[in-house]
Amino acid sequence: MAAIEKNTNLWKKDFPILAQKGHGKELAYLDSGASAQKPRAVIEAITHFYENDYANIHRGVHDLSQRATASYDRARQTVQRFINAAHEDEIVFTSGATESLNLVVASWGRRNLKEGDEVVVTGLEHHANIVPWQLLQKQIPFTLRVVPIEANGDVLLEKIQAAITAKTKLVSIAHVSNAFGTILPVEDVIAFAHARGIPVMLDGSQAITHMSVNVQKLDADFYVFSGHKIYGPSGIGVLYGKRSILKDMPPYQGGGDMIESVSFEKGTSFQPAPMRFEAGTPPIVQAVGLAAALDYVSAIGMEVIAAHEDDVLRYGQERLGNVPGLRLVGNAPRKCGLLSFVMEGVHPHDVGTILDSEGVAVRAGHHCAQPAMEALGLMATVRASLGLYNTRQDMDELVAALHKVREIFG
Amino acid sequence: MSELDQDLRELYQDLILDHGKHPRNFHAVENPHCEAVGHNPLCGDKLVLYLTVDVQGRIADAAFQGEGCAISMASASMMTEMLKGKTAAQAKALWAYFEAVCKDNAVDEQLLVSLDEEDVARLQALSGVRHYPVRVKCATLAWRTLESALDPQEAKKAVTE
Repeated sequence: MAAIEKNTNLWKKDFPILAQKGHGKELAYLDSGASAQKPRAVIEAITHFYENDYANIHRGVHDLSQRATASYDRARQTVQRFINAAHEDEIVFTSGATESLNLVVASWGRRNLKEGDEVVVTGLEHHANIVPWQLLQKQIPFTLRVVPIEANGDVLLEKIQAAITAKTKLVSIAHVSNAFGTILPVEDVIAFAHARGIPVMLDGSQAITHMSVNVQKLDADFYVFSGHKIYGPSGIGVLYGKRSILKDMPPYQGGGDMIESVSFEKGTSFQPAPMRFEAGTPPIVQAVGLAAALDYVSAIGMEVIAAHEDDVLRYGQERLGNVPGLRLVGNAPRKCGLLSFVMEGVHPHDVGTILDSEGVAVRAGHHCAQPAMEALGLMATVRASLGLYNTRQDMDELVAALHKVREIFG
Repeated sequence: MSELDQDLRELYQDLILDHGKHPRNFHAVENPHCEAVGHNPLCGDKLVLYLTVDVQGRIADAAFQGEGCAISMASASMMTEMLKGKTAAQAKALWAYFEAVCKDNAVDEQLLVSLDEEDVARLQALSGVRHYPVRVKCATLAWRTLESALDPQEAKKAVTE
């Protein structure tokens, strides 16, 4: 860590897009929580694959198809290693965390839930861990138990424990909140739920890029994340599911590549996981890009990235705390990756527009977590979210740009 | 001042900031003839528009309540001021003009001459959003809500894209 200067960043130069100016000013990209930028290694891996190895997978007998298949399979192994899954077939490629969640709801949920059952979520979930359940509720009248959140954006272990009852069939919660950066006590939740025979799904979309995730150590039953938030391409996501659970789940979508044999007379039989859940031509190139991204962050080390981001976060938190009229939203004791805030008398969208004019890219809005916003009595916040390329200097630029907001709005 | 700064100052000119901070006609109306809810799902901005109409079919009172950014609040505030005394057709003509201005489209000559000069000047003040495509929906939320309030066939809910 000592090698990392506070105001420079050895990794920023790996991201070609960050070399540009933002409206003529030094670009401070603080919207990685929405989507992270891509290192040259990822861009080159994708280009190389298209220029040399591309074909459809699992189909052609020709050399290109075999090479493409080998790359796709290697990408799955890379993901397996990255989250330390016990088996390669526990990694299902999807289009993103949203599809991963929908897959579990549609396949596992429809198979295992019945009237009177309960699924536990928290009040700070992303809409993607709320709406699929609500859609299933229209078919199966199970109950969604919502763990209330605290005024500081935290979720207390005892409140999650209190929501888990004899009727609970699954606990499905965020690992890290996308609105407030809160790190949930997932290890304790999993231990508590497993002691009662209840499986746990973690939405790791915001966690995967900020910390080392070990699904075996966590003992998570399902773990989902998107490729684009961890410096990979958009259009690919991961569903990790324990082999023992995936094997009993029915197909989610039907199509090519997920079947063993198809017959109008004798019926159709399906491939085992993960193929059973990957109908049609999967995101082949995106898988290759994701693998390159995971190789890239692994070479740096997730612990190194986490320590660097934590330094930037703490520095930013302190500096923002001194901006007049600014209130930080979400001050849970354990947090990572982002700073959410509001400014007195100025709507977050107006803040966002003015920050943009100063070359500072943030997100303003409800962050697809409307219930979490409402629980804190807010319509929207400004969110500055971090990637490994951010620096203390980005935080200084953010603070300087916030003074411009005050200048205009008085 | 850079071009960007000029755009920003045009967007957040004093008139807009004043209406944004102190919106006029910002209250509920009991027993309105028309009421419509406007919603901007992307931002979570929401407003309720109330209209009463006199015997000649002119808008007698226009008021609103809601929450949103300076642009959407100022737009709603200025719109309610402008609407008083207008017929539905006149109100729709103003919206047609404003929509063209926000999208930086050419304005129909005939439409322009039919409008009150003072109204045109006030809508011009909001035209700074044309440099900020994502903010156009903020400026037009109130007007889309008006559109659904005036048209009883429409679902009484305006949603900006």
